[in-house]
Amino acid sequence: MTLSENSVLDADFVAALRRDMMKFAILQLRNDVLAEDVVQEALAAAFAGIGEFSGRSELKTWVFSILRNKIIDQIRHQTRTTNVSALSQQEVGLDEAFENLFRDNHHWNPATRPKDWGSPEESLREKRFWDVFDACLKNLPDNTARVFMMREFLEFETSEVCKELSITTTNCNVILHRARNALRLCLNENWFSPGELSC
Amino acid sequence: MLNCRDAARMMSEEQDRKLSRTERLKLEIHVMICRGCARHRSQMEFLRVACKRYAGKFRNKDS
Repeated sequence: MTLSENSVLDADFVAALRRDMMKFAILQLRNDVLAEDVVQEALAAAFAGIGEFSGRSELKTWVFSILRNKIIDQIRHQTRTTNVSALSQQEVGLDEAFENLFRDNHHWNPATRPKDWGSPEESLREKRFWDVFDACLKNLPDNTARVFMMREFLEFETSEVCKELSITTTNCNVILHRARNALRLCLNENWFSPGELSC
Repeated sequence: MLNCRDAARMMSEEQDRKLSRTERLKLEIHVMICRGCARHRSQMEFLRVACKRYAGKFRNKDS
């Protein structure tokens, strides 16, 4: 069956699908060119088997499962040449920011003790929250983000993440903690601090 | 007694592995008496929920 014969597909649907796939792939790979490659491959593989789908959402889920596999292949390839545990200046800065949350006795500094986020689930319905969330994810250092995205977005078990990226469990935990701490502080500062908006 | 810095690390790790009974006990007692850590813990849990939801937004919504 060709594309035009299939009622599930039209140009707008494919364009929107492709846009979402690109966003998803860029978040994990942090490289537009590589993202473009995996999206092309995933679409080609998906369209090769298109006749079997009855609806758009079913198709979309399936296309994303193909995309996930292509992204994983790409990450495997990347990590053969990259040392994901290498620390950039940005990562060192995040570790310092974490230490600075505490006083010398390792209890919270009153000024940086976690604040009440109220009912944060309500934010999940707001489009502006997702814009902030996306910006905070993109702001993570590359290596930290790679490990974190594999764990949280590609939903690997931690042991699989360590194995795939050839890092120790301890190191994996350190990196994941660094990412969560950075994300928490970024959301705290840019979303959950009411009354501090300048405009 | 567990300090807040170690508790904070443990709260990230509990998203990734099953804590031992001793670790869990220490952590539960700590968050009972430390409001900052109790908030930190629920914020860690919120991050997990938000990530799941965000990943799902890409693949589930009908465009």
